[in-house]
Amino acid sequence: MSHHDVVVVGTGLAGLTAAVRLAEDGARVLVLAKGVGATHLSAGTIDVLGYAPERVDRPAEALGALVDARPGHPYALVGAGGVAAAVDWFKARIAAGPLAPYAYAGGVEENLLLPTAVGVARPSAVVPETMAGGDLRRDAAICIVGFRALKDFHPALAADMLTRAGVRARGVELDLVPEGRVDVNALGFARAFDAPAFRAEVKAQVVAQLGVEERAAFPAVLGIADPHGAWTELEHGLGRAVFEIPTLPPSVPGMRVHKSLHETLRRAGGRVILNAVVTGAEHRGGHVSALRIRVGLREERRGADWVVLATGGLASGGIELDSRWKARETALGLPVTGVPEPGAERFRPGYFEDHPMARAGVAVDHGLRPVDGGGERLYENVLVAGATLAGAEPWREKCGDGLSLSTGYRAAELVLAASTAAGAAAGVAGS
Amino acid sequence: MTAHDGHDVLGDLMRASLDHCVKCTICETFCPVSNVTPLFPGPKYAGPQAERFRIDDEPSPDASLDYCSGCGICTQVCPQGVHIAEINTRARAQLKATQGVRLRDRILARPTLAGRLGTPVAPIANWSLGNRLLRLAAEKTLGIHHRAPMPRFAGRTFQRWARRHSAPAAAGRRVAFFHGCGTNYYEPRLGEMTVGLLEHNGLAVEVPKQDCCGLPLQSNGLFDDARGYVHRLAARLAPYAREGVDIVATSTSCSLMLKREALEILGMSDDPDLQVVSERVFDICEYLLAMRERGELKLDFQPLPETVTYHAPCQQQGHGIGKPALDLLALIPELRTIETGASCCGVAGTYGLKREKYDIAMKVGDGLFAEIAAAAPDRAVCDSETCRWQIEHATGVRAVHPVEVLHRASGLA
Ligand SMILES: Cc1cc2nc3c(=O)[nH]c(=O)nc-3n(C[C@H](O)[C@H](O)[C@H](O)COP(=O)(O)OP(=O)(O)OC[C@H]3O[C@@H](n4cnc5c(N)ncnc54)[C@H](O)[C@@H]3O)c2cc1C
Ligand code: SF4
Ligand code: SF4
Repeated sequence: MSHHDVVVVGTGLAGLTAAVRLAEDGARVLVLAKGVGATHLSAGTIDVLGYAPERVDRPAEALGALVDARPGHPYALVGAGGVAAAVDWFKARIAAGPLAPYAYAGGVEENLLLPTAVGVARPSAVVPETMAGGDLRRDAAICIVGFRALKDFHPALAADMLTRAGVRARGVELDLVPEGRVDVNALGFARAFDAPAFRAEVKAQVVAQLGVEERAAFPAVLGIADPHGAWTELEHGLGRAVFEIPTLPPSVPGMRVHKSLHETLRRAGGRVILNAVVTGAEHRGGHVSALRIRVGLREERRGADWVVLATGGLASGGIELDSRWKARETALGLPVTGVPEPGAERFRPGYFEDHPMARAGVAVDHGLRPVDGGGERLYENVLVAGATLAGAEPWREKCGDGLSLSTGYRAAELVLAASTAAGAAAGVAGS
Repeated sequence: MTAHDGHDVLGDLMRASLDHCVKCTICETFCPVSNVTPLFPGPKYAGPQAERFRIDDEPSPDASLDYCSGCGICTQVCPQGVHIAEINTRARAQLKATQGVRLRDRILARPTLAGRLGTPVAPIANWSLGNRLLRLAAEKTLGIHHRAPMPRFAGRTFQRWARRHSAPAAAGRRVAFFHGCGTNYYEPRLGEMTVGLLEHNGLAVEVPKQDCCGLPLQSNGLFDDARGYVHRLAARLAPYAREGVDIVATSTSCSLMLKREALEILGMSDDPDLQVVSERVFDICEYLLAMRERGELKLDFQPLPETVTYHAPCQQQGHGIGKPALDLLALIPELRTIETGASCCGVAGTYGLKREKYDIAMKVGDGLFAEIAAAAPDRAVCDSETCRWQIEHATGVRAVHPVEVLHRASGLA
């Protein structure tokens, strides 16, 4: 049985953040995951806090009020300062990662207001540099450029919705198709945008169609290997602000996050095994010594001093609700709190209503360690991070990625602090 | 007798997994083939989506399935546990069953046959393989691309060496070596080094008589023939497994076949020999690393002041064991190992040898080749033989199995 300092379960934003943070401090880290996480699906923005429940303009301030009012919210475990520290770390990692000089803009102090693909304003705190130019708080007309072959993105729809909300916007569509393709998704276009020839062709077709004052919006497909290059080239070539609007999955900006963190982890010596489902743990009292894993047709064991559980909650199979209404935490069998009683209402009709099921998850103590119904700590060396945590409503609060980033970061910091303390204690004992 | 005798339970589960697909497109973003060619629509379309329309004895609605290389990456990344690659491989066999299998694919699918024919006449066979005119003719008549990296016959077999080899007297625990066809006919030296390395670490290595694992037949859609090979191989290896002897393998794709693909894709869970064998097979690096963790591996490696790249082939990643070669190479003083980031070299067994797929395979491997070229290593380390041949062909860098490096560092060369 192999042994690692830390086994991280899950390779979403929470798991990758924890793993990179630990590996760069020298820990031997193994990431086990059933599959790739939600990075490839979400917008690639770090939404710290968008609604509480009214729209939030200044997340750092609103966070303080939120955790005072809702001590059971996972943000209460990291605090506004913890979120800011995680955001700074994240921005630095992306800027120094394999896609550099691609970088993030913004911070926890204030939210930008970015247009979505259906032309709705969306508050977000920390965003790719390629999106920042779309801030709707700035009063500049927008020309949304789309591609007829990209059937998941409709400039006319987005423009129409923005216009209704009082933003001057219009849409144009290009007939350009990446070479040899008929059916192309966002990634196909992103690959095309990595090539200077395609960028030049887009520039040539768009430039005459733009009004003097307009900024130019594109679907978020401006390059996957060289997004900074594609974006700056378009800004210079078109002589104006250019920005990306997130698309339906696959999310190219999300893939950039995954690529940056995954590559940074690899360079720091971390290991990843995919298609590895964690099915249980071996423990002595409150100490987990090994995880049970299903890979292919085999059951294996992997030993660890620490386990960071970042399994993505209901959306990613970290928590399951079966047809008998039994909720189950899939990796370690931890208790799930907040599940409505059988027969009780789980969901409400409106998308952004308060869904009773939304807050279900694993409850933890102040050190992110899982607790049972009575608040008793279950394991000393297991920490929970990300969407598996109970108490948040990431969809309504618009805080999914902010939560996963900050709790993943916090979990790593806690493990490092505890290991340093243990190391120091051992050093003292040994002297 | 088991309850599921005569019924392909695993196969049903593989197929039923399509209902878990949430259309998240994650597999699409990772598929190395659909990312470089419009000829293949990608794992989501060809897999869980098209599978709904596939009814026994009906032609598959999608001939493009033939362009799936079977690399298995889609299954690894899918967050919902959909067995995409397995579904595709089964459907491809069904497609071939209705369309017929080309002579070329029948030949490529039988490396032992080629090996037996080529070995005694190795100089001529190798000359033919190196002869451009003959290769062009082979491309025209057979459809094997004239530049495809075909292996060279060693002119001797590993089995022959193994029969004559006398083990050191003081050997301890027994281990059986499943070397596969590549080692037997093309790279016997790899087999010799493997035996040497295992003996150096105190194991008593036995080399059972063995034939092909049937994988090339499976990937070329010849399932019945493949099952025959698996049955025979499992019967040869089962006695060891039943005696509690571990079986180690140097070919990651052949060992994956025994570990799970024959059970999942060929539906052979009713073969009692295969059942015991599949639980006892280990990739050589997986095995050596486990020995290291038990304190059984000799760690007095000599310094190797050189640079190597390491590429984990997709079939190796299908084992779900991580990258044990990296941990082993890290034990060698002064060796600088650069792990490459690309997921696939393109060749995927026999896929990249075919006329209509050669260019696709080379394009798939582009990223890897560029990484290797940039690193300018002394050697390119890679666990799988066909990938090594592809890497050598594309980069000109000598490609070796991790065992070659460990063997030298153990002072055995
Ligand atoms: C389509 C979509 C759009 C979104 N848009 C936004 C947005 O605009 N803004 C925002 O803030 N948030 C958004 N979110 C939410 C946000 O992306 C997620 O809340 C956040 O990314 C979750 O990250 P995570 O690391 O906690 O979990 P995930 O990214 O879900 O990762 C979970 C990981 O755990 C693994 N796993 C689960 N169970 C097991 C097991 N038993 N064994 C092994 N591995 C296991 C999974 O395979 C996966 O690797 C969106 C989500 C989706 C799906
Ligand atoms: S990754 Fe899995 S769930 Fe997602 S589209 Fe592919 S098969 Fe479906
Ligand atoms: S097996 Fe490989 S080539 Fe085939 S669909 Fe999956 S990822 Fe693509």
